[in-house]
Amino acid sequence: MEFALSADQRQFQESLDRTLERLSPLSRVRRFADETEPVARDVWRGLADLGAAAVLIPEAHGGLGLTLLDAALVAEALGRFAAPSPFLGSAVLAPLALLQGSDAQQARWLPKLAAGEAIAGVAIAEAVAGARDGGGVTASGGKLNGKALFVIDAAEADLFIVADTARALHLVDGGAAGLTRIPLASIDLTRRLGELRFEDTPAEPLDARPDGLQRLRDAGWAMLAADALGACDAMLAKAVAYAQERQQFGRAIGSFQAVKHLCAEMAAEIEPARSLVWYAAYALSEGLDDGPLAAAHAKAHLSEIGRFVARTATEVHGGMGITDLLGLHYWFKRIGLDRQLLGGPERVRHLAAVMQGFA
Amino acid sequence: MDLTLSPDYEAFRDEVRAFLDAHRGDYPTAMGVERPRADILAWQNLLIEHGYAARTVPTEYGGHGAEPDVLKSRIIAEEFTRARAPGGLAGQGISMLVPTLLEVGSEEQKRRWIEPTLKGEIVWCQGYSEPGAGSDLAALKTRATEDGEDFLINGQKIWTSTAHAADMIFCLVRTEPDAPKHAGISYLLFPMTTPGIEVRPLKTMTGHSEFNEVFFTDVRVPKTSVVGGRGQGWFVANATLKHERGMLGDPNAAEQRLQAIIALMREETVGGERLMANPVLRDRLMRLQARVMAMKFNGMRTLTSAMTGAPAGMAALVVKLQGCELNHQLAAFAIDILGELGVLYEDSPHLRAHGSWQQRYMFDLGLIIGGGTAQIQKNIIAERGLGLPREPKPASDAVMRGAA
Repeated sequence: MEFALSADQRQFQESLDRTLERLSPLSRVRRFADETEPVARDVWRGLADLGAAAVLIPEAHGGLGLTLLDAALVAEALGRFAAPSPFLGSAVLAPLALLQGSDAQQARWLPKLAAGEAIAGVAIAEAVAGARDGGGVTASGGKLNGKALFVIDAAEADLFIVADTARALHLVDGGAAGLTRIPLASIDLTRRLGELRFEDTPAEPLDARPDGLQRLRDAGWAMLAADALGACDAMLAKAVAYAQERQQFGRAIGSFQAVKHLCAEMAAEIEPARSLVWYAAYALSEGLDDGPLAAAHAKAHLSEIGRFVARTATEVHGGMGITDLLGLHYWFKRIGLDRQLLGGPERVRHLAAVMQGFA
Repeated sequence: MDLTLSPDYEAFRDEVRAFLDAHRGDYPTAMGVERPRADILAWQNLLIEHGYAARTVPTEYGGHGAEPDVLKSRIIAEEFTRARAPGGLAGQGISMLVPTLLEVGSEEQKRRWIEPTLKGEIVWCQGYSEPGAGSDLAALKTRATEDGEDFLINGQKIWTSTAHAADMIFCLVRTEPDAPKHAGISYLLFPMTTPGIEVRPLKTMTGHSEFNEVFFTDVRVPKTSVVGGRGQGWFVANATLKHERGMLGDPNAAEQRLQAIIALMREETVGGERLMANPVLRDRLMRLQARVMAMKFNGMRTLTSAMTGAPAGMAALVVKLQGCELNHQLAAFAIDILGELGVLYEDSPHLRAHGSWQQRYMFDLGLIIGGGTAQIQKNIIAERGLGLPREPKPASDAVMRGAA
């Protein structure tokens, strides 16, 4: 029995942190946010060189064949640096969908995704979290019609994974006829969301398992939880550093209990949540019975803790916390998107109750 | 990450299960914290013999003498919980004094006290807190003045659970009034039958007296009763407090409470509707379930650290604060789902679970405060865990001269 990261995993974490320190410092995050550049290619290339794009892809397709826990470590690191990257769509959800597809579909896309050469968008929001504003895609005779909102990593995607209203998964080429992409501006300036419109758009069905969509949902929940966890870590670290440095009344504000207790409360919430996120990713990888439940709880719990940490860490920074100068808001907003994407906490908790036969 | 057990440990689990099956008829009905009855003493001896109590205490001191193995200890705890079998005695003598004596006691003290304590023949109470020394425990004023070969003890202790039933007390007193605050304290062992000791029950909000006040008037104790050297009491006591904080906030307790609440929500109806059918209550249940899971896996993480000798760091520092709060929240939720039934008490008709949720809700508030208050825990997390600066201390704290 060992509930801990392996030596390899700790080393992977360190490499990710070092690479992101270099490729995605605050100045780079700021530039991505300000210039509405669709994809931070340099950041993604650097991450792909580390294997971040290839984590879940089998070795036969040029991937690393690692687990969702390894993927969660990437998500956590991305959250820690508020790094712009198409990781969730291209390296987690699309590979998990394609692995349920035919050999030809896998052979066509997985090697490119593993190398970070292709980017995949994922349109499953309606099927997972419920449709808004008339969203929903219908499939008939190899064509898709309708619209999909809150599409993950939609900008410049070379392929799309799309769930229809019957919860079946489809593969759509990025250049397909009758496909329109509309960017959706969100509070989170570090990731891009989009809307897709389909008008008789040709699509290949994925020969997905009956629980194919659910597997994407569960993995997505675990990754968003891990992203929020990393963002919480960063916000706490910044709050602690600020409390040590900022002087008022002739002493560091971190020596006042009113301030240090806020920091302690954040740490006390974050640390057990880390254990929950690791377990969820591990349990999904191992196919344990409580994997989906753990993923749901990780998603909902990190949403609640994330809101608390985002607000509290900002407050510790005093007035500077709400300025653009410090850039703390990138993490604040990142946590905000992690909370709502693929279902807000109330919806996810409802689904957790359904899984256990409580509702 | 690997949560499977190796075959050795699976075999150990089978062994524990077989023991529990074979002795199902021997389980004592209530272990309690008071003076143990004969069936409890027999059960305790059986557990020591098989290594399910006093497992790692050396045999020369009456223990089972096994090598420390936190995973085996966890398996024992899990299997006893599953079988609803009472574990070994867990009074303050066993959980706090014995580890302290093993760490810093003299050979003579170990031989004299550990074995009868483990066997439940000697019951202990803990004399630490005082009316003026709670969170600031080192400000304690109970004085031990020298009188020939003895100390004469005068002062008062509070929050002394089990004092009315105890044979002995392990007690912090000030022996060196001229020394700096933390260096003037000694750790003494003496009988509760010594003349000059008065025990008064302290009734709490639960309606029961879970604690006592203990008054000392010219209590004569030989100087040889000191553990760990004169003036060393603060360091001796800190070794013991570590053991107490580990005990409070146990994730198994939270898991059991959650399961009891789930059962309650499935069975109870209000206005003809099952509690579980109420979406607002379900949402609160799910929030709590996430927290229970987080603490459970956090416990597995700190367990792994203990096994490998790696520092557990923040994961361990937050356990007392978060675990005690969670247990209190679970009891609060249970009362909310019971509604009016949740405020019935004592021997009222319609009472559920003998009023245990109500009792826990109130008693657990005490556990958030006791053993290091939530606010002290936050100081520890912030200062030791996050490296934030300490509150500047007033200069007058340095020496306790004239304290009594």
